[in-house]
Amino acid sequence: MASMTNILELKNIGYSYHNLHGETKALKDISFGVREGEFIAIVGPSGCGKSTLLSIIAGLLSPEEGTILVNNPDGSLHYPKIGYMLQRDHLFEWRTVYRNVTLGLELNHKMTPRRLEAVDRLLKDYGLDKFKDKRPDELSGGMKQRAALIRTLALEPQLLLLDEPFSALDYQTRLFVSADICRLIRAAGKTMIIITHDLSEAISLADRIIVLSGRPAVVKNQVNVHLTLADDSPLAARNAPEFQQYFNMLWEDLTHES
Amino acid sequence: MKAESKRKPESKPKKRKRAGTELTKQEEFIRKHKRHHHEIASWRTFLFVLFLVLWEVSADKGWIDSFFFSSPSRVLRCFADQIRNNSMLSHIGVTLLETLLSFLLVIAFSLLVSTMLWHSRKLSEILEPYLVVLNSLPKSALAPLFIVWLGTGTRTIIVAGMSVAVFGSIISFYTGFQQVDSEKITLIYTLGGSRKDAFLKVVLPGSVPILLSTAKVNIGLALVGVIIGEFLAARRGLGYLIIYGSQVFQLDMVITSIIVLCIIALVFYKSIQAVEHQIRIRFKM
Repeated sequence: MASMTNILELKNIGYSYHNLHGETKALKDISFGVREGEFIAIVGPSGCGKSTLLSIIAGLLSPEEGTILVNNPDGSLHYPKIGYMLQRDHLFEWRTVYRNVTLGLELNHKMTPRRLEAVDRLLKDYGLDKFKDKRPDELSGGMKQRAALIRTLALEPQLLLLDEPFSALDYQTRLFVSADICRLIRAAGKTMIIITHDLSEAISLADRIIVLSGRPAVVKNQVNVHLTLADDSPLAARNAPEFQQYFNMLWEDLTHES
Repeated sequence: MKAESKRKPESKPKKRKRAGTELTKQEEFIRKHKRHHHEIASWRTFLFVLFLVLWEVSADKGWIDSFFFSSPSRVLRCFADQIRNNSMLSHIGVTLLETLLSFLLVIAFSLLVSTMLWHSRKLSEILEPYLVVLNSLPKSALAPLFIVWLGTGTRTIIVAGMSVAVFGSIISFYTGFQQVDSEKITLIYTLGGSRKDAFLKVVLPGSVPILLSTAKVNIGLALVGVIIGEFLAARRGLGYLIIYGSQVFQLDMVITSIIVLCIIALVFYKSIQAVEHQIRIRFKM
């Protein structure tokens, strides 16, 4: 699933927020690698700087300290193309579903026949082709997330960053949608980093979990997840025999500040 | 088979009955709704007619002096006279045209300035106190200055009309732009868009409701400004007619013009509402 080489390597990343009352250190000395095809979950106490870290990886913020090394399998030094999914779907009500999912292509002047064909294929695969000309408010919560995913995938990113993408959904929907979206991302062969504060979600979705401490955030622990799955239902991971162990371990990490 | 066929006729009337009661409840609701609207409309009409009748009767009986207070029949006669000598229509036309022009100029100018303010945070911080002071200044105080600077005529009146609405409208537009969800703007950046894209794809379409409600207020304000301008610096228009009428003690003319102004304001408001409705349907807002 995941290859052995790191496509991205974060080295001693540090970041602070500044205001007139002083400096708030958000991230300190964060280092880890991202392997191709790997699913990484980042967990940590709320307000610890998880979103800041993701913004730095996405290139929306530049780190104050440290560097990000790029190491593509083909030896090139291009920063991997990144798709970012925010906490809410942010589909625009004044656009149809189709014009929402092609927004990225529109912004990058890439409305080429090949790209649009790929979007059509995704719409069909994800069961949204009948809703192309509808407005977003006519979609269910899960369908909105799928539309947001198509909008992200339309630009053909290699690395997907998800910032608590399901937190606006109710618990039951969230269980299905998170499993669904991650299955689709795996099927598309992408690498993924997801931020979540839900430990069960992290264990059931990720290959590796990175635990951050409270402010200033440092990497407290890295846990490789291996689950014995009975079936591929959204609940399968939560029913795996190892699940509780991982949960307890992460719980310990998060609650014992040292 | 028999059991099934037996069950069927039983279940059918039951269903129909339930659907029947549901329908009457729905019907009842609709009837109630309609009755309410009927009631409101009848009260409105009643008040209007009562006012006209009271006005006419009191003028007729000499309870009020119809020389000062006019009467519905005198207003109608005055209106008909003015139509006959062609002056009323041209006065109405002039006021309408001036109001529409200053309204359109206000919208265009405020859009331009508020876009610039959104583009440059620094500029908006610098200009903020000036905008606040200019907005709270009574604009009628400026009208005499406009006459000295621009002379009497259409240009002065349009500027007077604009001056009443423009500062408030810049502030409302800019506030509207700022209220747009900042995460939606982040989304544009994560998709590789520029700041210009953020404005055109998110900020502007997201502010349409505020643009519309501001436009609704502005058309009324533009009319206020135009009438102030016509009071002071015009030879045509309803504002001129009001001032002229009061100077020659033809209060029928004054009151007729005021009533025409009421109708114009109503028509303006209703047309913007209709435009707003169309846009809301188109964009499903």
